[in-house]
Amino acid sequence: MSDPRLPAAFLQPGSSSFSDFLAVQAPDLLPGRRAVPQGHAGELAPHGTTIVAAAFPGGVVMAGDRRATMGNIIAQRDIEKVFPADEFSAVGIAGSAGLAVEMVRLFQTELEHYEKIEGSTLSMDGKANRLAALIRSNLGMAMQGLAVVPLFAGFDLVADQGRIFSYDVTGGRYEETAFHSVGSGSLFARGSLKKLYRADLTAEQTVQAVVEALYDAADDDSATGGPDVTRRIFPVVQVMTADGGRRMPDAEVAAIADRVIAGRMSNPDGPNAPLTARPPAQTTEGA
Amino acid sequence: MSMPFYVSPEQLMKDRADFARKGIARGRSVVAVQYADGILFVSENPSQALHKVSEIYDRIAFAAVGRYNEFENLRIAGVRLADMRGYAYDRRDVTGRALANAYAQTLGTIFSSGGEKPYEVELFVAEIGDSAADDQLYRLTYDGQVADEHGFAVMGGAADTVASYLKERYAEGASLADAIRLAVGSLGHTASEDRVVPIDDLEVAILDRTRAQPRKFARLRPARLEELLGERGPAEHAPAEQPPEDPAADDTGDDEPPVAPPG
Repeated sequence: MSDPRLPAAFLQPGSSSFSDFLAVQAPDLLPGRRAVPQGHAGELAPHGTTIVAAAFPGGVVMAGDRRATMGNIIAQRDIEKVFPADEFSAVGIAGSAGLAVEMVRLFQTELEHYEKIEGSTLSMDGKANRLAALIRSNLGMAMQGLAVVPLFAGFDLVADQGRIFSYDVTGGRYEETAFHSVGSGSLFARGSLKKLYRADLTAEQTVQAVVEALYDAADDDSATGGPDVTRRIFPVVQVMTADGGRRMPDAEVAAIADRVIAGRMSNPDGPNAPLTARPPAQTTEGA
Repeated sequence: MSMPFYVSPEQLMKDRADFARKGIARGRSVVAVQYADGILFVSENPSQALHKVSEIYDRIAFAAVGRYNEFENLRIAGVRLADMRGYAYDRRDVTGRALANAYAQTLGTIFSSGGEKPYEVELFVAEIGDSAADDQLYRLTYDGQVADEHGFAVMGGAADTVASYLKERYAEGASLADAIRLAVGSLGHTASEDRVVPIDDLEVAILDRTRAQPRKFARLRPARLEELLGERGPAEHAPAEQPPEDPAADDTGDDEPPVAPPG
């Protein structure tokens, strides 16, 4: 930027996509455009682990644990892996942490850039598709062990409901119903949510259900961090409703996590789901 | 071989300046007013879609008068510059001063190069700080001059008349409601009468440092404006404007670029 005059390309009408603009003007800034030498690079950098999202009537919750690992080492205890993407949506990331955080920054800028240039926000599906394109451009890196797998959730103002999208490393985009989880502990978290989740939970009950699910993931997956009671490090929880998204304050998450831990003191496996199916909306136990 | 006419540089620049000034004065004014919590922009613009005031970045806003296609290009370039810088460095490294400089260089180069028609635009670039003392308001003219404004600024239309109205009544540290009433009053003011501008014809936006989000720019919708302006008496639309003259009437047909409705 030595020439103070705006470059001609900046003044040209055209794309309202920030990543398309970068691809022409400064391709080195795009995470997917770097040539990585042959070989497996997966062990070189920290990995983020479990992200959980669950919808409730009038909104959607996303939560992530705070651990990043490098092989058997805990690389960071308080990493944040859930980020607001724009006012009504959030993105959580599992996989190679450095690339993932860069990709989230690019995605956030992409959404804001579109909004400023066009004067309106992208549709929920449009946002989900843009994220798919960013993931797809990272396929080369993914094949060398630097995969990034996000989970995207937000409140769709048109459909008037919370929506959740999962991805694979090739940029495949799949809409999930009710709840989903990605990352190394996702199998356990999903199993837990399968028993705890109900469609009629309130926002706070849904947060408790996802914190239980993260606890179960941490219980059985060494790469997922449980609530750290001595350091007071608790999951990052983002709640999105028609009024917009907000990160739940640490004190509120701490209160819920303390309740979960207290429950586990007497029952280490967590709340029990009834053995026989029951009609919906009968109890509030376990939520 | 034809003999070129000699035109003195002074005359050439004066002609270009007159041309640009004429284009800018044809539209209606945009007013920027500093108030206690930030900076307010008001213009009379009946269009809901073609904005004169827009967001550039977290604390930076852009306002323009003149030819829509020209200032829209500058606006998009500003958004690209700001987003690219914020992405490559950090959000705090995007400053209004750098943006104003880039615009000034661009406008100045275009104005003094013989090959291009000068831009018929005037711009505000505003940035709010943590307190009113840190707020910055730059006014850029068609020839790339930058003025650092304080308190209030007006561009386009009958800027002198509006500015003299504001100068008499402007007070520092006003509330948002007072600032809006002042700005809207100034837009309806002419030498002969004071008109009440209808709410639907107003485009109002603020940079508000009290907003919780990092993005401080907000548009004020008619419902909120009604609440802030209170009872004002019967409103009256502005008289019809003369349509903008086409500077290149010979070679444009139906594909003329969109021009903001006079406002």
